[in-house]
Amino acid sequence: MKRSLKADVRDLDFYYGAFHALKKVTMPVYAQQVTALIGPSGCGKSTLLRCFNRMHDLYPGNRYAGGGIVLHPDDTNILRPEVDPIEVRMRISMVFQKPNPFPKSIYENVAYSLRVRGMRNKSEIDDRVEAAIKGAALWNEVSGRLSELGANLSGGQQQRLCIARALASDPEIILFDEPTSALDPIATASIEELVMELKEKVTILIVTHNMQQAARISDFTAYMYLGEMIEFGVTDQVFIKPKKKQTEDYITGRFG
Amino acid sequence: MSTEIKIADLQGIRAIIRRARRWDIFFTLLGILSLMVGILTFVALFMDMAIKGVPRLDADFFLSFPSRRAGEAGILSAWVGTVLVMAVTALAAVPLGVAAGVYLEEYAPKNWMTDIIEINISNLAGVPSIVYGLLALGLFVYYFGFGQSILSAGLTLALLILPVIIVATREAIRAIPTSIHEGAYACGATTWQTVKDHILPYSTPGILTGVIIGMARAIGETAPIITIGALTFIAFLPTAPFTGEPPAGLFDWLFAPFTVMPIQMFNWTSRPEAAFEVNAAAAGFILVFMTLAMNGMAIYLRYRLRKNIKW
Repeated sequence: MKRSLKADVRDLDFYYGAFHALKKVTMPVYAQQVTALIGPSGCGKSTLLRCFNRMHDLYPGNRYAGGGIVLHPDDTNILRPEVDPIEVRMRISMVFQKPNPFPKSIYENVAYSLRVRGMRNKSEIDDRVEAAIKGAALWNEVSGRLSELGANLSGGQQQRLCIARALASDPEIILFDEPTSALDPIATASIEELVMELKEKVTILIVTHNMQQAARISDFTAYMYLGEMIEFGVTDQVFIKPKKKQTEDYITGRFG
Repeated sequence: MSTEIKIADLQGIRAIIRRARRWDIFFTLLGILSLMVGILTFVALFMDMAIKGVPRLDADFFLSFPSRRAGEAGILSAWVGTVLVMAVTALAAVPLGVAAGVYLEEYAPKNWMTDIIEINISNLAGVPSIVYGLLALGLFVYYFGFGQSILSAGLTLALLILPVIIVATREAIRAIPTSIHEGAYACGATTWQTVKDHILPYSTPGILTGVIIGMARAIGETAPIITIGALTFIAFLPTAPFTGEPPAGLFDWLFAPFTVMPIQMFNWTSRPEAAFEVNAAAAGFILVFMTLAMNGMAIYLRYRLRKNIKW
């Protein structure tokens, strides 16, 4: 199977102040595939994910110190200072750990991604909002109450609303930062199913601390430890025949 | 290993708990006592004023100018002055304070300059109000040539409450969860879009509360207003828009001489006649009522607006 490359992490170094959080991380991200980042707490998996949409730029003291993330097909290194982080976030959207709908209506939550892109045409926004909510498998539950507050939905519905918000702008990559860690098993299952459907259209990068989840939904798995990329490979290979002893120890539960 | 079942010394445990509990009882009593000192003092003052002043309250009291005869004197010029000065204060302080607070939270680079500014904003809130009066006398009254006017008084009080509004704005913004903040940026919003669409709408209840608390402080301020030269006896109202000497404008009243409620009270309490005491009590009652009404409004608005903000 021939896979095309969506992004390339190359020798990426990242610092929180004096703390060297990512050390020469290199990893490919394949288009329309689910790539899972796993590893124990503090290994840098969320830090790496948040490099992809330049979230670190919001806080002082964070520093991209070398290497980069090259986005294909235009070969833009999105970490270069002259690349506007807003442009990066318009291409790569994100779903957070805890559902974070804005205290606005369900409709406005999804429409916001379109409004920041300057979209003003009401019927066009209506169509895109509906498509995004359908894409997030939420339409049947909310179609009659789009004007209600997003916070009135259940946790799993809120997370799907956030996925709809991330989907509305038709991004190239969606980042998921432990999207199910605040949800119950049933809501988790529906989000996992959704992630697997979404890869038909979009490239997915997901951080998870749940190894079964990584095994269930991802095509590729990257195991990180103490800021280093220990192993990257096809998920089945990483879980069944890991190349590194460290990966095996983590996956089999001897460590972590 | 001993297989003996341990028998608890229940009597002993209970005695220890009883002794420890004494401190709870002691502190409950101390707390109630401390609370009462504050509350009872206020209630006593307010009741005393109400008993003396309320019988004096009638329509004429609100519609009459001050007079040499206590029975005919009223607070018309004082309450109109207070309302107009407060309007100027709010119009000046709210935009400035909110803009400064938003800048410090969302835009300011985190460096030593910002740190120094932050520390000094809290210090500014502690500067005695008469110092603001002196500053305003030099700056607004003479340098800018606003004179001893409603405009000067309003701007002076605006300076006085600016730190309160800045601090309230910053606290309201900080109460917005990081996840919401990051969510807005993650959608591709610029800082201004984040501020306009998220930060300001979600922090409005907190900002309003701060504004009204600041206004409630300003409404009772006397010293800075006297310093810039409010009149203590004034028997006319500021000219209504377009009614003054030609060329009459919309904002002539801004430059009118004025008095305010606390100054009217101060004037009456310094008179020897007992009847003026009653007037002062009546005016004081109205002033406290205005303050409480503003605080009540703050609580209500916060409650109403927060209903639509859930994280």
